[in-house]
Amino acid sequence: MAKRRVAIVGTGQTHHRSHRPDVNGQELIHEAVTRALEDADLSIKNIDAIIIGNMDHFEGINYVDCWSIDGSGGYHKPVIKLTTGGTTGSTLAIGGYHFVASGMFDKVLIIGWEKNSESDTTGAITTAFDPVWDRLVFAGAISGLAVEAQSYMAKYGATDRDGARVSVRDRKHACNNPHAQLRKEVTLEEVLASPMLADPIHLLDVCPRTDGACAVIMASEDYAEKITSTPDWIWATANRHKYTYLGDVNWGELDSMAEASKDLFKKCGITEPRKQIDVIEMYQPYSFAGIIWIEDMGIVPRGKGAEYIWSGATDMGGELPINPSGGVIACNPIGATGLIRCAEAALQVMGKAEARQVPDVNFAVSTGFGGCMWTDMLLHGKKKPNL
Amino acid sequence: MEDIFKEIEPQVYKSQISVPYQWWAGETASKFFITLRDEKKILGTECPQCAKVFCPPKKTCPFCYVDTKNWKEVGPKGKVITYTVVYRQLAALKKNVPVAYGLIQLEGSANAMLHYIEGIEPEKISKGMEVEAVFADEKSASIHAISYFRPVK
Repeated sequence: MAKRRVAIVGTGQTHHRSHRPDVNGQELIHEAVTRALEDADLSIKNIDAIIIGNMDHFEGINYVDCWSIDGSGGYHKPVIKLTTGGTTGSTLAIGGYHFVASGMFDKVLIIGWEKNSESDTTGAITTAFDPVWDRLVFAGAISGLAVEAQSYMAKYGATDRDGARVSVRDRKHACNNPHAQLRKEVTLEEVLASPMLADPIHLLDVCPRTDGACAVIMASEDYAEKITSTPDWIWATANRHKYTYLGDVNWGELDSMAEASKDLFKKCGITEPRKQIDVIEMYQPYSFAGIIWIEDMGIVPRGKGAEYIWSGATDMGGELPINPSGGVIACNPIGATGLIRCAEAALQVMGKAEARQVPDVNFAVSTGFGGCMWTDMLLHGKKKPNL
Repeated sequence: MEDIFKEIEPQVYKSQISVPYQWWAGETASKFFITLRDEKKILGTECPQCAKVFCPPKKTCPFCYVDTKNWKEVGPKGKVITYTVVYRQLAALKKNVPVAYGLIQLEGSANAMLHYIEGIEPEKISKGMEVEAVFADEKSASIHAISYFRPVK
């Protein structure tokens, strides 16, 4: 359990793009870090420790904690690298929370980054799978997600039109976010007419590859309230890993999110998430997940996800807006993606989300997802949590 | 030890991980490499706070955490900060042994650049030795636009 309260006091992001040839990785990191320091009105001298992460194999640099020093500002500071695949960014946030909540450090800088343009994403992701079994048959990330969507559709009769509706929502929301890579509205018909990648996932159902970095500063209660009048308090975090082999997954449901949600909400006294949560920044790498995972989260009963999406409840102005930032479908620098969800949830709670602000946010949820169907979650709140 | 496989026939799967990469040098390093290629000049970047000049160049001073401002020409002479001579031929080596590597601090630079030391018998290389850049005949926007460093005569 946490020994003391922790809050996010500053965030910074690059303007994420498909290619950033004007900067190397360290320089990209530097952009996000300086923006986070400016946001919190701190200097790098005020930072006690740094947690940094990206995807294994993506840039082919193995000692990122050391290599990134010129950009991270980590010269003569404690620096640690965390990497957990797709969940890297959310794991970084959970790690930062642990650093501060444990009493070990007062002000921690958390950095997630990726230069997806520097390698072959599918080749690198394939190294996450078992080399003797799944890897000999299977490649990349999209086909696993397609299996999840197929299983769900078979079980509940959902259609690819339902999936497309989620993509239309996120891509519309992205137009409000100057940091998003893809800021263009699409229609249902355009999603359904886009090339089929792995049935039922069309090109416009799925996330892009992005160059970008995100930095978040967390501080202990003593410092947080001095740094900002609107800290984003971290109420709790939850994390579940589920399986090793693809054949062990309960396809069509995301068990890890169901269990992480129960854990998270129990820790915080959330009994009716649909009513008590004001906004969700979900690590939703493809459209169908936007239907399936809100069921796992307990927002709606099993099989009712699509109906809820079609009602407009998760659109801006709806009962429970999801992904005001445009989410992962609009922008995906993978090692940063989970941390961007956390930063965006923090912006919502702090009232700093500008054109994508949801009014009166008391509770926000941010999540992380990894290709082997694991889940990270954080609950963010405007009021201080109980210890 | 030879008995451990007595009852089993262990299966080993050989594979190779193939991930193609392309690394963006970024604006700062690109300017350095292009100037090296086109003008055979070696440039460093200067920190506006501590006035250190970095070669290889840095966009941000890691000590002051501010962006460097001015470009300053450094070298082409410098001194060997430290070195080693490799005598065992390894697959990753791009040259035939003996290969001498040195960290070269160019005149005017606060940091050092890793490069080859040639034009001298390896056993005669010494720390603090004065060296100068030998530019390659073939133009390239990379560190190989300098072939190696040799002793100053």
